[in-house]
Amino acid sequence: MGKTLFDKIWDSHVVVKKAGHPDAVYINTHFIHEVTSPQAFDGLRKRGIPVFRPGKTKATADHNVPTLHQDQPIKEALSRHQVEMLTKNTSEFGVDLYGLGHRYQGIVHVIGPELGITLPGMTIVCGDSHTSTHGAFGAVAFGIGTSEVEQVLATQCILQYKPKRMKIEINGQLGKGVLSKDIILYIISKISASGATGYFVEYAGDAIRNLSMEARMTICNMSIEMGARGGLIAPDETTFAYLKGREFAPKGTDWDNALAYWQTLYSDADADFDSVLSFDAADIEPQITYGTNPGMGIGITGHIPALEEIEEKERPSFRKSLDYMHLQPGKPLLGQKVDYVFIGSCTNSRIEDLRLVADFVKGKQKASDVVVWIVPGSKQVEAQAKAEGIDKIFADAGFQLREPGCSACLAMNEDKVPADMYCISTSNRNFEGRQGPNARTFLASPLTAAAAAITGKVTDIRSFMQ
Amino acid sequence: MSKIFKHLVSSAVPVPIENIDTDQIIPARFLKATTREGFGQNLFRDWRYEADNTPKSDFVMNNPLYKGRILVAGKNFGCGSSREHAAWAIADAGFKVVVSSFFADIFRNNALNNFILPIQVTDEFLDKIFKAIEANPAATFEVDLEDQFIHIIGTGLKANFDINQYKKTCLLNGYDDIDYLLSLRTNIEQYETTRPYNF
Repeated sequence: MGKTLFDKIWDSHVVVKKAGHPDAVYINTHFIHEVTSPQAFDGLRKRGIPVFRPGKTKATADHNVPTLHQDQPIKEALSRHQVEMLTKNTSEFGVDLYGLGHRYQGIVHVIGPELGITLPGMTIVCGDSHTSTHGAFGAVAFGIGTSEVEQVLATQCILQYKPKRMKIEINGQLGKGVLSKDIILYIISKISASGATGYFVEYAGDAIRNLSMEARMTICNMSIEMGARGGLIAPDETTFAYLKGREFAPKGTDWDNALAYWQTLYSDADADFDSVLSFDAADIEPQITYGTNPGMGIGITGHIPALEEIEEKERPSFRKSLDYMHLQPGKPLLGQKVDYVFIGSCTNSRIEDLRLVADFVKGKQKASDVVVWIVPGSKQVEAQAKAEGIDKIFADAGFQLREPGCSACLAMNEDKVPADMYCISTSNRNFEGRQGPNARTFLASPLTAAAAAITGKVTDIRSFMQ
Repeated sequence: MSKIFKHLVSSAVPVPIENIDTDQIIPARFLKATTREGFGQNLFRDWRYEADNTPKSDFVMNNPLYKGRILVAGKNFGCGSSREHAAWAIADAGFKVVVSSFFADIFRNNALNNFILPIQVTDEFLDKIFKAIEANPAATFEVDLEDQFIHIIGTGLKANFDINQYKKTCLLNGYDDIDYLLSLRTNIEQYETTRPYNF
């Protein structure tokens, strides 16, 4: 019996396997940020132990940072304190920090890949559920809690039970105006926000193979939104071409050796998955969510489910969700007024996302009553956008290009959507209050968000493509 | 935080909502502390308080009839963000047990790492718990970790639950994962010598 890609990577990282115990899994790369790490460093201090392998942890500040005037001190005292604690902790324990002001600073799941820190075959963890993003490179990457951050700092290992394996295949040709964000929103809408809980997902099929690395990252990023422990895609020529020459990627003979290993990283033809799902790319239209979990999504031309389409015992939660959103069952979303547009987050803030949006909005103007925030994922993305003149296109359209950070994805920093406002967002979560107390979120692709920015309403991007 | 869990008899606080995500348990704007304490006051913050901090009378934690050390919630509890602050908030608010018919993976780990016992029961048994509390808000429940059961005392109904043996031992004895991992140091160093590259 062959092995799955996930099994190959996981099994080769098990340091100790003991009956009745979770596996002690060695971690190649550990990313940390300011929110979920301070208590872990405190734990080390209480135990009087150092970081075991400080070179294998990389830090950045992203959740709490403002996305305007980053050259000035953070205004909000608690946010400032948390970011300062990260500086203090990384300095004291000898961990590299790409903090505010550093040319590599950015969202942790954007900078790891773009710097070539994230590589195929690695085990990668971070105190952040969207660590699954790094799986796009054929790495086993997953989010962890702060106690687990402390485990990794202390021992470079983590105790985990091995998840089950799921394969999700998407074959066929994507329709025009359909992006990888639509693929993953579609999958989650089909299998629900808990449909992959307990599983590690491998995405496969020609529709996945044809995607760029940026697009693959968007898919793997949202694996957690269907409950999966993580998601990964076998590395291929697209992966290797993306990595070659990146700052921390192997060079020379190291590259050749690494490449030889990476080329063994695929699921064997006779590998056994615990669950296999298949979808046809041609069935996917641009997607949008209407509710308060990422599984509550529909095709852009669809309608919100009518009450009778929802199982009776799920109706109270469904009603609660629509009450929060101020939306009616059975109604379409096309034409729904939008107040804010947020293009950013670890899901969709890479240069390719910004290029797509810029290509579409060039020569167009945003609707007068819509606020549009474009938040690049990193200083490098920001610099690249400026080098390509994308910043001018946004400025001409009335879009605001801000500085890198998690921004309005999670309402932890200054960027919050006001109460009762509708925001179409390229981020990953539409939970109640996620973008600000009583803010209402529609998740969508960068193109669908950009279309809404121009019209001020939920719009089918394909109507611009006749 | 008590590091040992063996047995508990308590009434329960019901939150019969499905897919309760960790942003509801503790919104991101309250994650700025650098210690593990004090999160309990913001547990379910936006369901519990108006924007001006007045308690919302229709939320169960603001109803004096409902109290206890067991939180009972709808299926897929703890989905979303990996923030351990969710587990800290639940512990800080005095809960030792969370009962649901389904838990998100990361939350389950975070709960166990904070000596909170997540008990997964069937949808039917969860419904019976909610009904027992509906009939009598002071209904009491017995939870026993050694024998792995939860008992609705008033009705005599009992359900067994699963927990992995390692975590059970940790909870019964107050051991944590880092103690165990630190004991593997020689194995870890040995493992490192077997890996040719940084993968």
